[in-house]
Amino acid sequence: CVDQLLEVSYVLSQGCSLHPFSLFGSVLLTCPTAGLASMVASSRSYADFTPEKVDLHRLEEGPPLTATLTREEGLKYYRTMQTIRRMELKADQLYKQKIIRGFCHLYDGQEACAVGIEGGITLSDHLITAYRAHGYTLTRGGTVREIMAELTGRRGGIAKGKGGSMHMYTKNFYGGNGIVGAQVPLGAGVALACKYLGNDQLCVSLYGDGAANQGQIFETYNMSSLWKLPIIFICENNQYGMGTSVERSSASTEYYKRGDYIPGLRVDGMDVLCVREATKFAADHCRSGKGPILMELQTYRYHGHSMSDPGVSYRTREEIQEVRSKSDPISMLKDRMLSNNMASIEELKEIDIAVRKEIEDAAQFATTDPEPPLDDLCSHIFANDQPFEVRGATPWTKLTSTS
Amino acid sequence: MHLSSISNVISKVTVDKVQVWILSECVSLFQVNVRDALNQAMDEELERDERVFLLGEEVAQYDGAYKVSRGLWKKYGDKRIIDTPITEMGFAGIAVGAAFAGLRPICEFMTWNFSMQAIDQVINSAAKTYYMSAGAQPVPIVFRGPNGSSAGVAAQHSQCFAAWYGHCPGLKVVSPWNSEDARGLLKAAIRDDNPVVFLENELMYGVPFDLSEDVLQKDFVVPIGKAKVERRGTHITLVSHSRCVGFCLDAASVLAKEGVECEVVNLRTIRPLDVDTIEASVMKTGHLVTVEGGWPQYGVGAEICARVMEGPAFNYLDAPAVRVTGVDIPMPYAKILEDHSVPQIKDIIFSVKKVLNM
Repeated sequence: CVDQLLEVSYVLSQGCSLHPFSLFGSVLLTCPTAGLASMVASSRSYADFTPEKVDLHRLEEGPPLTATLTREEGLKYYRTMQTIRRMELKADQLYKQKIIRGFCHLYDGQEACAVGIEGGITLSDHLITAYRAHGYTLTRGGTVREIMAELTGRRGGIAKGKGGSMHMYTKNFYGGNGIVGAQVPLGAGVALACKYLGNDQLCVSLYGDGAANQGQIFETYNMSSLWKLPIIFICENNQYGMGTSVERSSASTEYYKRGDYIPGLRVDGMDVLCVREATKFAADHCRSGKGPILMELQTYRYHGHSMSDPGVSYRTREEIQEVRSKSDPISMLKDRMLSNNMASIEELKEIDIAVRKEIEDAAQFATTDPEPPLDDLCSHIFANDQPFEVRGATPWTKLTSTS
Repeated sequence: MHLSSISNVISKVTVDKVQVWILSECVSLFQVNVRDALNQAMDEELERDERVFLLGEEVAQYDGAYKVSRGLWKKYGDKRIIDTPITEMGFAGIAVGAAFAGLRPICEFMTWNFSMQAIDQVINSAAKTYYMSAGAQPVPIVFRGPNGSSAGVAAQHSQCFAAWYGHCPGLKVVSPWNSEDARGLLKAAIRDDNPVVFLENELMYGVPFDLSEDVLQKDFVVPIGKAKVERRGTHITLVSHSRCVGFCLDAASVLAKEGVECEVVNLRTIRPLDVDTIEASVMKTGHLVTVEGGWPQYGVGAEICARVMEGPAFNYLDAPAVRVTGVDIPMPYAKILEDHSVPQIKDIIFSVKKVLNM
């Protein structure tokens, strides 16, 4: 029965208290051969956070309460999330060895967001995020090799070593942006281009709970709504903006409502299927010309804000441990697939081994690839231009810039 | 625009030391003010390329706060001429994002003073992206609007941003003086695949200049990065940009009566600076005065002097180079104070005579 289609239904109870990290999921297995259906309740609850009641804002109905996960999709999501996880942990290692320097904002814990979102859109749609971007660079078509080589500042990096952790780009992925909040109007501009060109594409514009209070985001809500731009605003609420918890930064922590006149929904960002279904729902909303929509994903980062933040001065180790043990996105998917005979433990172990190897190879490349040539110092200032002279550190140092 | 009296262009030929005047073909000259030159340039570029569009406050239904975009909304409609709310940071970011995704936006700031609300998008999102992405993401955008002092608008509405934006790699910064500059540089800016900061001048909008038919051709562009010698001279070089070029020419006329011939260089572009043209002129005249409306400290004139110091032209200087600038104060309101806050023709004449030790 390994190839059978699995119906996974999850029920979001509206109107009863909904814990931010609690999910009552019922798993329905349909076995064509046996003609039987068995109900398996997998419930996961997480203590410590204030329960919220409503998760729809200005919406009559939300995403569907049932979703179909095929074995193929499950394995794909598993592998991608595991790749992001291992890649980020390797980056942690390399940073501590001082092979990666500067800023390094790790995404482990939040994998279900990047993978789930990509599951709800296509690569011809557009996406932009802030600096915690390694996971998205991967889901948007980058390879682990070129991501890691960018972190180590080598010529084989996705930005040839010129950008670093916060400035990685692929087709229809606009980074990687270092200035908190600036990426949101940029994303609306991409959405404007989609509408202008009439190509039925949309733009996903991500920001965190810390950025959610930025004025330019409200300016963007306004213009996106006025002009009905095909933009999905997504707030990845990982509960902390650097060292400041949401309670300390925001007068309203209901980020899915902050768009005011923009319809919003809040979902469990640790569950890749929830994220995917919410994204599909949001994408339909945009593509039907209704204008912007806002999603809040409740998620968690295991690392501190960046590598220079141990992440335990403003939250307890117990909290981190509890999320890991009860809400880990990869474990959740693994358990779901195993308990529904969608994959065997051995299979998943094989994927783990393959991922580890991929990461090791990439790290090997990232540590041995040479740094960019000095000739590249001044290149890429202007596009499609004649080469021109650039002043060096002294009046006698004349460098050349090529496009 | 209206046809001025048709002037026959006559050329002078020396044949065997006898000067002969030859009647050449008629050349029509059309009077076009700077506002209309900008308007026509945008109109033609909007027509030429579907991806070009204009956004900013009051650019559409109001016809532009200074009427620079008059008639464009009527002709091109809501899709291509977009009125924005008063949210500079937001709409500048939207404009840059649209450029990322393949459009060619013209983002108008009602005045460059308001660009400070959005300066992060201009510098960090527009200027630096091509470099950070190692050439993967070009940003073909034009930011334009009136810059520098106007008349009676006081301190918050009178700042010159040439030095601020001219400081940043990844930007091209242009500052037209007359209608030919305005038309040609705006076309060049729109056609450029890179972020261009286009610094207009409100007091120049209504000033008419004669334009030849060549200039009015649809593909006429003024190359970015090339200065123009507006007046040839031998005794001293005056380097300027925007409205002050006119003051330099006026000062040159007055000085000519006293036998001082000024060479007036119109920078046209702030960044990249055309050092070659400046140096060639200084090496000829041996004297340099820079003239600008902005504040002196860390300004355009300071950069020009530093470059001349560091290059071959230094050895040709017979006197230190000096700068004529706006007074180092926020702009006052009262007319008498305002008049004394900006460089006047008499300041230029005074400086020239000082440098020439007259």
